[in-house]
Amino acid sequence: MVTADAPLLQIDDLEVNFGAVRALKGVSLDVREGEVIALVGANGAGKSTTLRSISGLARPKAGTIRFDGVVINRRSPPQIVRLGVAHCPEGRRLFGSLTVAENLRLGACTRSDADGVARDTETMFVLFPILRERWRQLAGTLSGGEQQQLALARALMAAPRLLLLDEPSLGVAPLLVRHIFEALAELKRQGMTMLLVEQNIALALNLADRAYVLRTGKVALSGDAAELRDDDRVAQAYLGAAE
Amino acid sequence: MSQFEYILQQVINAVSLGSLYALVAVGLSIVFGVLKLTNFAHGDVMMVGAFTTVLLIAIGVPFIPAMIAGILASALAGFLIERIAYRPIRNAPDVTRLLTSLAVTYILENLGILLFTSSPRNFPLPDMLNSSWQLAGGAITFTNINVLTVALTFVSLIGLGWFITRTTVGLGMRAAAEDMSAAQLVGLDVNKLIIVAFLVASAFAGLAGVLWAAQAGVVQPQMGFTPLLKAFVAAIIGGFGSISGALLGGYMLGALEIFIVAFLPDPVVPYRDAIVFTLLIAFLLFRPGGLMQPNREIKL
Repeated sequence: MVTADAPLLQIDDLEVNFGAVRALKGVSLDVREGEVIALVGANGAGKSTTLRSISGLARPKAGTIRFDGVVINRRSPPQIVRLGVAHCPEGRRLFGSLTVAENLRLGACTRSDADGVARDTETMFVLFPILRERWRQLAGTLSGGEQQQLALARALMAAPRLLLLDEPSLGVAPLLVRHIFEALAELKRQGMTMLLVEQNIALALNLADRAYVLRTGKVALSGDAAELRDDDRVAQAYLGAAE
Repeated sequence: MSQFEYILQQVINAVSLGSLYALVAVGLSIVFGVLKLTNFAHGDVMMVGAFTTVLLIAIGVPFIPAMIAGILASALAGFLIERIAYRPIRNAPDVTRLLTSLAVTYILENLGILLFTSSPRNFPLPDMLNSSWQLAGGAITFTNINVLTVALTFVSLIGLGWFITRTTVGLGMRAAAEDMSAAQLVGLDVNKLIIVAFLVASAFAGLAGVLWAAQAGVVQPQMGFTPLLKAFVAAIIGGFGSISGALLGGYMLGALEIFIVAFLPDPVVPYRDAIVFTLLIAFLLFRPGGLMQPNREIKL
């Protein structure tokens, strides 16, 4: 159970290997209920790997991942979804030959409360009105921005307590990026806990309460998002890794 | 016999043969969809269903219950093949998986030969199913087993269509076929979906096996080889892994084979299979994603 100060998600000394490559070399971070945490850093810093470890797609070599006090290192992705973690993956990964309606239905496949699912579907229409218009269309025929909205909605249909977001602005037209981040801000107001990986640091730090800066598989820097916005070392973490 | 009646007769033959190809091809495609594995043992799962039916009829079980038992026996065979042979090598390299699938084929066929010898056995079709319909003064002929084949194919394909578009498990099967890790991320139990895929595909093989043997009038342990090859061609034409593609490919192949024999000059007729397999090569070369998935590359 989450007490007043126990974080909802707590990661300690997480190490993950990809073959011979050490993708994560001892990452520790925590996310408290209701917080939005940004995870930023250059390409290859280990941001996506961190998310994939939490949702069970990548197997940690060492360290622990606790969600709501339960160690989830060895749980399967479906079990982790059932515990309350939804992962909206990089590249959206929609089921392109299925309709918008069917994608959302599968997003809720771990739930048995039909009324709650129907209610949440209505909520998605408020958050992303375009999905109502595209309801019977195949997901593969949507524009990049529409697909991203559907991917977010599909993850939210699991009624998660923690939402993992991987690059929600990638491949999305600027106008729609703003729209998507407005929706994320609305989710934050409603109290959704989020762990956000985002290449657009300004957008990410504006939305987040706190942030972690990853650099070659380690946390290089962390702290209050508003303070990190003005911190030169954040930019340096990017440049440093790019050298 | 007028030209029109001749053509109608050929269309009836094409639909009947196409139904069998479609049933087998759909099963192949279902398994390929979720596992990206060409299940060569699919033809032997047909054989399991056909032999079960024949043996039950031989001890006095009526045709329909015997056929249902045959379908269930095929489903069970598919379940066991997945559990014993394919699951342990699910993440192995493609060559390993392909060879395993061939190995299962040889094991099942040889098991069949051990138990029943390789000589064909008579399929004891009830007289009712053998009786034929004569239309237009005998110009158009078809038997009850033709009617049963087409009817059962339509019913089972409509059922499958409902399953994969209306149920969460069916939608999940299509989702897993498209993107396995995304399917896991929404919380689908991939193991369960693969088991369901094998049960459904193998039940289709069982139905196809019984109908194939009933039409041929015989069963034998190697009976699955030809339908498997033909269904493979049908699935490639339609777009391997696509269920609607397999359906389309099955009927197209059935029509093609019948029309080659019916309408091309006699010297060409013996080359029917050569024409069919040339078509397969042409598709693999120029349109590997088949009719339904023009942009997709496939690997076997």
